[in-house]
Amino acid sequence: MNDTAFVSTGQVGRSLPRVEARAKVTGTAEYIHNFRLPGMLIGKICRSTVPHGRIRHIDTSAAAAIPGVYAIVTGEDIRKIIPDPYYGPAFHDQPILALDKVRFVGEPVAVALAADPHIAENAARAITVEYDELPAVYDEVEAVTATAYVHDVLKPAGTFADLKHLVGRRQTNVALDFHLRRGDVEAEFAAADHVFAHEFRTQQVMHTPLEPFVSVAEAANGAVTIHTASQNPSFVRVEIARLLGLKENRVRVRTAFLGGGFGGKLYIKLEALVTALTLIAQRPVKVSLTMEEQFFTITRHPCTFRIKSAVTKDGRVTARKCEVYYNGGAYADIGPRVAQKSGFAAAGPYDIANVHIDSFETYTNRPPAGALRGFGTPQLVWAYESHTDLIARALSLDPVEFRRRNLLRDGRPQATGTVMRDAPLAAVLERAAAAIGWGQPFDRGSGPVKRGRGIAIGFKASISPTASVAIVNLSGDGSCTLYCGTVDMGQGSTTAMAQIAADCLGIEAETVRVIAADTDVTPYDMGTLGSRSTYHMGLAIQRAAADAKAKLAALAAELGVPEGTNLPIAELFRRKYGAQAGNIIGTGSFMPSHKSPDPQTGQTDDATPYWMSAATGCEVEVDTETGRFRILRLVNVADCGTAINPRIVETQLTGATVMQLGFTVYEGMEFTDGQLRNPSFAEYKIPGIRDMPARLEGEIVTSRQGGGPFGAKGVGESGTYAVSPAIANAIHDAVGVRISALPITAEKVYRALREAAGNPLPED
Amino acid sequence: MSSPVEVRMIVNGTPRAGRCEPRKLLIDFLREELGLTGTHAGCEHGVCGACTILVDGVAARSCLMFAVQADGATLTTVEGLADGDELHPLQQAFHRHHALQCGFCTPGMLIAALDFLATNPEPSEAEIRDALSAVLCRCTGYQNIVKAVADAAEKMRAAGGAS
Ligand code: FES
Ligand code: FES
Repeated sequence: MNDTAFVSTGQVGRSLPRVEARAKVTGTAEYIHNFRLPGMLIGKICRSTVPHGRIRHIDTSAAAAIPGVYAIVTGEDIRKIIPDPYYGPAFHDQPILALDKVRFVGEPVAVALAADPHIAENAARAITVEYDELPAVYDEVEAVTATAYVHDVLKPAGTFADLKHLVGRRQTNVALDFHLRRGDVEAEFAAADHVFAHEFRTQQVMHTPLEPFVSVAEAANGAVTIHTASQNPSFVRVEIARLLGLKENRVRVRTAFLGGGFGGKLYIKLEALVTALTLIAQRPVKVSLTMEEQFFTITRHPCTFRIKSAVTKDGRVTARKCEVYYNGGAYADIGPRVAQKSGFAAAGPYDIANVHIDSFETYTNRPPAGALRGFGTPQLVWAYESHTDLIARALSLDPVEFRRRNLLRDGRPQATGTVMRDAPLAAVLERAAAAIGWGQPFDRGSGPVKRGRGIAIGFKASISPTASVAIVNLSGDGSCTLYCGTVDMGQGSTTAMAQIAADCLGIEAETVRVIAADTDVTPYDMGTLGSRSTYHMGLAIQRAAADAKAKLAALAAELGVPEGTNLPIAELFRRKYGAQAGNIIGTGSFMPSHKSPDPQTGQTDDATPYWMSAATGCEVEVDTETGRFRILRLVNVADCGTAINPRIVETQLTGATVMQLGFTVYEGMEFTDGQLRNPSFAEYKIPGIRDMPARLEGEIVTSRQGGGPFGAKGVGESGTYAVSPAIANAIHDAVGVRISALPITAEKVYRALREAAGNPLPED
Repeated sequence: MSSPVEVRMIVNGTPRAGRCEPRKLLIDFLREELGLTGTHAGCEHGVCGACTILVDGVAARSCLMFAVQADGATLTTVEGLADGDELHPLQQAFHRHHALQCGFCTPGMLIAALDFLATNPEPSEAEIRDALSAVLCRCTGYQNIVKAVADAAEKMRAAGGAS
């Protein structure tokens, strides 16, 4: 079937208000946060106080003696009902509750259950745990050679063929090493006019969805139901079924609206824990984390990136070597996928003949890291766009012109060998440059206050291959229900998917009812992640709608209705069944083609179904006497193919921009000896309304994604790619100093200024 | 554990009563005892503002109050904004301007804006930003929220002027 043959009937491209907005403004929208069951117990978690240690003894007696406590549960109790209680999407390395060992401060060790949350909380505090501390490792580069090992043996999940070679590996903290080789970088470095080498770092940050992680489980008659704020219920179902030795049809996983996700609520978070607890307690159990506890659950990878480029006199990059170390924390989660799937794009959106990439996912004694709006991409763009800017400045080339000269054009192979298609990188770069007024004179400030401008561009491949399945159900009155496992965590998928279905069926989007992910009724979807849903689920819906239309046509033919009669659907049903009765069920599924990269060279001619790109322009004002800076303008331009709902796309774009602004200038998890010092909103500052740049703009470059539904592609992450380096580049432009480690703070700028003046501040 | 006490309050115009322990937070009382789950708990330590409600006409963080402190008070939560099926102008504006994504901060934003417009019906953009700085949003980037509040203020003035 030719997916692009669909001609829009006008529902796609409408900026209609979100279909669930009324529920959200009246306080009636359903969140798992609100969900309660009769007889429900609340679980509160006792967490590890040491970064790495053997558990010597857990004393639960004082806690169990507190009136109102139902039970205290430890990892050993769980092992009695789930013999191998380890989970994870890439490695089966994470115990439901710590077993034998703890690997980071904040790791769940035991749970207190009580009907009253305050009693459960007091009881969790009354549990005492003794540890024999072990040497720990925190840094992603040190982890590669350290002799402190976070895991005794690597346990990759069977699902990924490319991790098989890691089975049983001991004495290593490297959970995945990805390599890409194209051409000969060393020869090029030896012959080059110029060689530049730099190192950049990013810090550990957290998604902080305003609805903290929450899951509820109940069990009866050999089946389990999990109500959970999850971005991928289908995965949760498969993984829980595996842990319990059940068939998938005995596990039901349902979601509601999510109060934010951003990649945090993926894979297993609390679902295995509440399942084990309900099986032990024989009562429904809810665990809802506090904002503090979220920091001990999943985070964004800190990253060290060593980058080296060979450049000709006239500003062509001919070779690039990238060494990327991702700090995955104590459990792999989806980190190996971050290291590989983002790793292959580490050299940036440039046409470089010789590329050498080594990308490592490391274990350390920190809270685990996984997906956060970009799957490792913002860390990469931070490095390669800072590096690119430094090169342009060193060669006295205009930074935009330098990028223009090297940009990867459609039809040219990316470093994997996959040919770039439908990625309007040049248009994105030019639009951002134009929007910020690049090349035009501007007020460079006066006295101690200086102004500067910066630009950066990033790209990302869609993670592949992944599958989506959709069902379109037409009822006796002709109304349409869409069963789709895409989870609406705020990105607006309910609205966008309704628009796609409606457009295909030639009805009003507002009339389509979208059923929230519930594995008992919604079919398989790999997950709401990596900006994949619009494309993958969108295509599945298109196919489901086409299937329903074909069945309608068959029904019409069966009833002898001449083609082109345009009889209302309800009338067809009435003629068939003699009443308002019956259904037509259309199904559709989509999975793109894909070829695994060669394990030695990372080469493949089919790495991804589509590329996403974004460029950011920034203007800053820096006070050279204090290092304080103000972002005057931040313009983010992204390519989204065809916008299904332009207003929603714009909100996604500015929302992502502001989130990444937080990761650039405010946020950072601060540790001393593995102890997190700032796990609360009081100490970990996310951007508030007064932290917005004086001017914040989001623009979309409309293009057409070949193969995408109505030419659309995902855009949820794009706004995060290029924000950080654009800001650093603007600061450099203003005052001539380079910040190479995130977050960029006034103190760092001031220190750099003093250093540049030959008068460095003493370290404190 | 101390014994439960009786708490009475007027919530969204209706007298409500319940029994709870003295340490029960107001937000938990609203959500669990009164079933008013529209008010959300984000941080539970007074920073995010998701739990904002009106207590005797003034915006307050319901995660920083005990239920007993609201004994005898008059409260407004997000559930009390609409007049039957007719949405409040602020709700309409949030709806129209895409001033929400996940919607988790929305009840707190709406109540904070309501409180603010009551004292400043003709605010500048800077004043709106100032007033809403007490509520955090992780999703939207705030732009549409500012637009929505400005638009609602205008509509409310027009309606007020007409009546
Ligand atoms: S929940 Fe009350 S301020 Fe965050
Ligand atoms: S809309 Fe999600 S926190 Fe504001």
